[in-house]
Order: sequence, then C-alpha cells, then structure tokens
Amino acid sequence: MIDRTVLKEQFVKWVLIAFALSSLLFLFLIFAFILGEGLPLFLKVGVKNIIFGMKWAPTKGYFGIFPMIISSFLVTFGALVIGAPLGLSCAIYLSEYSGKKMKMFLKPAIELLAGIPSVVFGFLGVIYIVPIVRNYLGGSGFSLISTSLVLGVMILPTIISISFDALVSVPKTYREASAAMGATKWQTIYKVIIPSAKSGILASFILGMGRAIGETMAVIMIAGNALKIPTSILDPLRTLTGNIALELAYATGDHRLALFSTGVVLMLIIMILNYIANFGIKRKIAK
Amino acid sequence: MRINPRITNSVVRWLLNAQAYFTVGILIVIIAIIFVKGFPQVNFAFILSFPQDMGRHGGIFPAIVGTIQLALLSILLATPLGVGTAIFLTEYTRESAFTKLIRFGVESLAGIPSILYGLFGFIFFVIKLKMGWSLLAGVLTLTIMILPTIIRTSEEAIRSVPRQLRIVSYSLSASKWETIKKVVLPAAMPGILTGIMLSIGRAVGETAAIIFTMGSSLRLPLSLMDSGRTMAVHFYILAREGISMEKAYGTAVVLVLSILFINIIAYYIMNKTIARYS
Repeated sequence: MIDRTVLKEQFVKWVLIAFALSSLLFLFLIFAFILGEGLPLFLKVGVKNIIFGMKWAPTKGYFGIFPMIISSFLVTFGALVIGAPLGLSCAIYLSEYSGKKMKMFLKPAIELLAGIPSVVFGFLGVIYIVPIVRNYLGGSGFSLISTSLVLGVMILPTIISISFDALVSVPKTYREASAAMGATKWQTIYKVIIPSAKSGILASFILGMGRAIGETMAVIMIAGNALKIPTSILDPLRTLTGNIALELAYATGDHRLALFSTGVVLMLIIMILNYIANFGIKRKIAK
Repeated sequence: MRINPRITNSVVRWLLNAQAYFTVGILIVIIAIIFVKGFPQVNFAFILSFPQDMGRHGGIFPAIVGTIQLALLSILLATPLGVGTAIFLTEYTRESAFTKLIRFGVESLAGIPSILYGLFGFIFFVIKLKMGWSLLAGVLTLTIMILPTIIRTSEEAIRSVPRQLRIVSYSLSASKWETIKKVVLPAAMPGILTGIMLSIGRAVGETAAIIFTMGSSLRLPLSLMDSGRTMAVHFYILAREGISMEKAYGTAVVLVLSILFINIIAYYIMNKTIARYS
C-alpha cells in the first residue's frame, strides 16, 4: 500500500512544476501569436519594404515603418539624455551622501514615482509640458522634446533603483582604501566607486531605454503621432508603440497584420536590449 | 589652476543633493497638481453615480467597479501560479538548466512592454478564443503581466525564511509540503503580500494592455463576458478625446490616490519584514 503522505507529496510537486512551466507557456504563446500574425506580412510585402519603407498607408498597401523605428530610437535617446544623468546623480546621492533618515524618505518617494500610471504622465505632459514647449520654443508643442522630457522622468525610478543597487554593492573596503589614501568623498566616488559599479549603471541605462521604447500611453498623448522622421526636436513623431495603440482598435485585414509586424519589430528591439542588460552585463558583474 | 578637491567635493555634494530633491519634487508636483485640480470634483455622488453623456456628467462608479473586478480577479489567478512557481524554484530544485530556463521565461515576461501584452491579449483571447472585448480577456492578459512581479517578490520572501525553521519542522517529522504550508509560507507571507500589493497597483494603473482586451464599455460589467472600463482607461478616454477636463482630473485623483495608498501599504509591509529579519 502506498503511503498517502508520499502520494500527496508527489502530487504537490507535480502541480508546482506545472505552475512553474506556465510562465514558459505564456512566453511561448505571446511569441507564437505575435510572430504568427506579424511574420506573414513580412513574407508577402518583403522585409525591406516594411522595415525600410518610408510610407505608411496600410489601407493602400504601404506598410513602411522606418520613420517609426527612427522615432522610437530618438525619443528613447532623448529620454536617456534627460533621465540618465539625473537618475545616476540621485542614485549616487542616495548611496553615498544621504543619511539613514533621508534615505527612508527618498527611496520610497522614488518608488512611488514608478507607480504613477503612464496615462497620468501623458495627461500632465499635454497640459503643462506641451504648452510650455509651444510658447517658448515654437512648433505645436507635440514634439520630440516634450516626449523625451516626460519619458526621461518616467524612466528615473528604473535607473535610480538599479544604479543604486550597483553602487551599494561596491565593497566597503574599496571606499576605506581610497579614503586612507587621502581622497575626498567625491574623488572616491568618481575614481573608485563609479568605475567598479560601471556595469550595473550601464544595465540601468539599458533597462531604462527598454522602458522608454516600450512606453505607449504617455507617448501617444504627447508625441503628435505624425508619420515622418522628425528633422528637429520640435517636430511631432510617431513611435512603434504609438502606431499599434492608435490603430489596433479599428484595423482589419492586412492593416491589422501590419500592426502585428510593428509589434514583431518592437519585440525584437526589446529582446536585444534586455539581452544586453541581463546577460552581457550581468555576466561581467559575476566575474 | 588646480581647484581644491575639498571645494569640488562640497560643490558636487550640493549638486547631487539638489538633483535628488528635484526628483522627489517632480513626484510632489505631480501629486499636488492632480489633487488641487481634482479634489473639488470628487464627492460621494462622483464615486457612486453612473457617468452620463460619455462621462461629461455624472460619476465614475462603473469604472471603479471594473477596476476592482479586474485587479482582484487577476490577483486571484496570478497569486497561486506565482507563489507556486516561487516555491518550486526555491524549495524543490537546485539551480539547474531547468530552473535557468524558467527564470529566463520570467525575466522575459517582465521585460515585455504592456502594449505587446495588449497585442497578444487582443489576438489570442479576444479574437482566437472568441472572448470578445470582455472582463475575462482583460483578467487573463493582466494575470500573465503581473505574474513576474509576484514570482520575484515571493521567491525573495521564501529565500529569506531562515533555514533553522525548516530544520525544526523536519525534525518534528513534518513532510516537505507540510513544512512549506505551515512554516515557510506563513513566515514569508509579508513579502508575498508586498508583491501582491505592488501587482494590484500595477493592475489599477495599466491602460495599454487593458483597453484592447477588456475594451472600454461604460456599462457595469455584470459577467465575465461583459466589456468594461477601468479608471485608468476612463481617464485616458476623457483626457484624450477632450470630453471633460474636470471629470478627467476627478478620475485622476481617485486613480492616483488608490495607487499611492496601495503602494504605501506595500512598502510599509516590506519595511516591517526587513526590520524583522535584520
């Protein structure tokens, strides 16, 4: 006779394995369905005509998303220009300068910033940032620079928390050795601590980029969604994410397939960024 | 001329300090704007009445109910899956190619932006499984989306349970599952709860993945197959289509306040746990 406890233990184990496998199943389904809908159009129209195509008129057979790819990278780069220095400074302040009480206040505040929904960022961007850009810099205000500003703030929590972890994990002995050589705190930070935490800081920038390039709701509210490559920071633009969100609700036939093709390109970019951040850089840390 | 390193040090210190306060200042300004503009709109009638004329008048009751339904049902599905995965990863295996594969899956899910979840939920649940724009499609999409958060926080929480507790339980001849159920999980509960609260916060604030799966019907969803809208979606539509700025601000206050409240509880639980184990 088999012991009931043993039987139960076995049962629980298999249930847990099934649960653990569910994540892989979901990932597989997501890939399968987005690729399944997105790839046929690449075969039909040609990879070149989609990725390097300049014209997007999906109901007339033009599926070019090159301007959107460029625009996505432009806003991401813009967000990084704003978010990276500010985020790194905050992380340095938190890990090296702030007292315990200050940290107890600042860290949760920054994490709460991460919880503000992207629609709220978008809304405030439209109400406050867009008019400021329109009045002081010109153009319609719905522009590369407005989008970058808002995205720059949105990626701050990602950059701060990951850079902070990297800075904190620099061994105390490094700091002590540097201080013993008579270095000031700032000399220690920029000659010892930042170089040792370099890969973690880079990872935070790349994950911040991933967040910016995948951001949707705030972007469609602020970017202006024009279908061309912006030639100045005051020009409106449409990103890959924006393209999907703007048209998915009413698209049919090849038009809908083209939105999934846009999704395939977006997924590819995100995967490359995550791969660099997770494997390329973390492996270096392990060494 | 060489600048005295001590002067540089103080200047930098001041600059970094200023930037940290600037960042927190952004948060405070965002919250302040939302509250100052939105609070006059919020009263019991706003929370408890139905919207009229696309939301131009009336309240946001269906959106509040829709948000709660969506968040609770997703948590109900994601918690057993996520905590189960975390238990498996921490208690039942050593690090192996298999656990690496599962971790890769979880990391990848966490990195997918919400619009791609929307795209997937739309084609898989709404179209292929013929659920249509419905609460069910929204719940299932969101479940997958919050799963990585729950797995990660639960795993950390379970790992931080001291080994001695397990050894004592085994020495009393408890089986592995009994030990997990009666010793490990209760001890890890605060950490798991933090993950759940953070996931609820994410569910409440999500828009891109929800609008294409749950749709944006203004009616009260009475069954799983009904379409509905969450506060975040309602707010987005009010603001984007310029239906009513007053109502948009009012919705934003309720939305942001709920998220702040949920996240503050999450950090409170987390800090208490950290204090207990260190």
